[in-house]
Amino acid sequence: MNFNTLLFMIFPYVSIAIFIIVTIYRSIFRPFTVSSLSSQLLERRWLYWGSISFHWGVALILTGHLLALLVPQSLVIWNAAPLRLYLLELTALALGIWCLAGLVVLTWRRLSNKRIRVVTTPMDLVIMVLLLASVITGVTIAIVYRFGSYWFTSVFSPYLWSILTLQPQPAIIAPLPWVIQLHMLNFFVLLAVLPFSRLIHILTYPLGYLLRPWQIVVWYRRVTRLDPRV
Amino acid sequence: MNIRAQMSMLFHLDKCIGCHTCSVACKNLWTDRKGAEYMWWNNVETRPGTGYPTQWENQEHYRGGWEKKNGALDLRLHSRAKGLAKLYYNPALPSLEDYYEPFTFRYQDLFNAPAGDDQPTAIPISLITGEPLEIKTGPNWDDDLSGSNIYARNDPSMEDVPPEIRAQLDELERVVFNYLPRICNHCLNPACVAACPSGAIYKRAEDGIVLVNENKCRAWRMCIAACPYKKVFYNWATGKSEKCILCFPRLETGQAPACAHSCVGRIRYMGVLLYDADKIPEAALVPDSELVAAQRAAILDPFDPQVVSDARASGVREDWIEFAQKSPVYKFLKQWGLALPLHPEFRTMAMMYYIPPLSPVVSLIEDGLVRLDLAPEQHDFELFQRLDAARLPVQYLANLFAAGNEQPVRYSLRKMLAVRLYMRRKSLQQEIDQATLALLTDAGTNPAEAEEIYKLTTLPSLSERFVLPPYHREMTIEAYRDPLTQKGATGLGYLQPPARGE
Repeated sequence: MNFNTLLFMIFPYVSIAIFIIVTIYRSIFRPFTVSSLSSQLLERRWLYWGSISFHWGVALILTGHLLALLVPQSLVIWNAAPLRLYLLELTALALGIWCLAGLVVLTWRRLSNKRIRVVTTPMDLVIMVLLLASVITGVTIAIVYRFGSYWFTSVFSPYLWSILTLQPQPAIIAPLPWVIQLHMLNFFVLLAVLPFSRLIHILTYPLGYLLRPWQIVVWYRRVTRLDPRV
Repeated sequence: MNIRAQMSMLFHLDKCIGCHTCSVACKNLWTDRKGAEYMWWNNVETRPGTGYPTQWENQEHYRGGWEKKNGALDLRLHSRAKGLAKLYYNPALPSLEDYYEPFTFRYQDLFNAPAGDDQPTAIPISLITGEPLEIKTGPNWDDDLSGSNIYARNDPSMEDVPPEIRAQLDELERVVFNYLPRICNHCLNPACVAACPSGAIYKRAEDGIVLVNENKCRAWRMCIAACPYKKVFYNWATGKSEKCILCFPRLETGQAPACAHSCVGRIRYMGVLLYDADKIPEAALVPDSELVAAQRAAILDPFDPQVVSDARASGVREDWIEFAQKSPVYKFLKQWGLALPLHPEFRTMAMMYYIPPLSPVVSLIEDGLVRLDLAPEQHDFELFQRLDAARLPVQYLANLFAAGNEQPVRYSLRKMLAVRLYMRRKSLQQEIDQATLALLTDAGTNPAEAEEIYKLTTLPSLSERFVLPPYHREMTIEAYRDPLTQKGATGLGYLQPPARGE
């Protein structure tokens, strides 16, 4: 067994298993601990500059990664015209840098503000490092190994599908530069850490709000109509 | 027809002495915890003043409550989609500076300081960071500071009071204030419930108490901005929203909420009101001038046989209907028309009611002497006829309790004055002259009602102030466990410690 097998065949499954089992356990048995743990009450000026750019940047980039995984063909067709390729790559790079800038502000805020330090747990520092690693390697790849939206579909889409369909082919990853391998590995580490950290709030994104009625009324006990004197 | 019951509290402001006992009772019971130090589920404000958090009524800034948009009722805070877009940063959320940074004092310094020539002092330290801080403000920093340039003059409810009256209030001799105790209003049309993206806040159908399910709360903190009364708070340590629970564990065991029970001035009353849940949207949508009337109309008459049978059909317990008939809040609100909701223009249909305060004696300073600003022969009658001479401007009280509509406030004040005059005649002169009887009629009351108002206002016993229906919690628990095995258990406490997540 070499590192390639260990990191890109065994570890992904360990990571996915941890992600699923711990998420379910925490959601059912430790619901109180699930929270985005907002610190806007304590400090809002730097949060404004950090949180908006980081969250929107990361949400849009992750959506892009997901699209490349789900509909690689459409991406290849889109990129057939060079102008569209440049447009996509530039947009993605801009989003990546925007997101990185936000993350740097948030990191600085968390380390320098006294009130925020009080509500910082060791796990917060762990995910801060992992997120920085993820975004920095991502932006580096976008600059150095052009054009990601082009080769992603022929390398990562098949690899990730091989993992998801339980026919792992880690060999696809092996010849890639180390930065790209690190970016991939970092993702699986984040996935494993997610259910133990505040990142779990990503999964509770409240889409149901778009559909529910304004008011919620709960009966703690419905009275049966059999005996009105009860 | 969907009739439900609501536990409602009534504050008789004419009796409030501003002692903050209610706030301290609540603080000791519920918010003396890490992350909750800055929260005052119950607070008492000096009015005119800016309140807690500062300028909470200024909805241009905080965007709380509902507003009419194209003939429909919408949250002032956000549409659903915009709400989701603002999860990452909510510009309408108050920051800690709008409340105050909670503090304590380093008392150990008093004991541990080395011997010296000067007295050791206990310096103030932040309850968040633990570091020394300079105290700049507090939850009742403007206590009794009416007439001040920074507080009274910035009261949002003073905005449309005519400048000559405002100038009058600035004169030292005319300075006047009243106290306003506030808790969560447990609204019929709560904006916090509507704004919660996770759906963690809900209204209990049985008694109308609005609660946060902290297991579902994800700290999106929209409730805090959406509540126009700023009575939902964010616990910075646990990352969950918290609010007044109307002491439901006490109510369920037949005790009044701690704030009401501890009230020194005995200003608080509690009882059941019946309302039709289907009529809420209509009542919340009427023009500003009709809001008080519409809200009163939404509260149903528990003596009406039709209402009683509809209530039974909607699942309201028989004994709760009986208690609704005995409710002191119903008497003040509907039978006597004295009580008013706080800021009905927020359109959340607040269910805590207030009896507006009467003003102190009207006096003027002239040639360095104090004299009454009334004709000497008929002081009482003249104030009754000339409410505009009252030191608390009627317009101001109307802005607080009737969306700017003076009529219900005048009705309430005149009736209370009439009762006062009638009882004074009765106890001092033993006989009632025609002028006093005419006064009662003019104020829309009669001797029998006046005596009843007098009794419930000045001489009520504990059981007359708090008419609390039985909750039958033993039957609720029966559905899933044997009550006998639970005998002796308190039923309170956490199954898991409410610890902050990682």
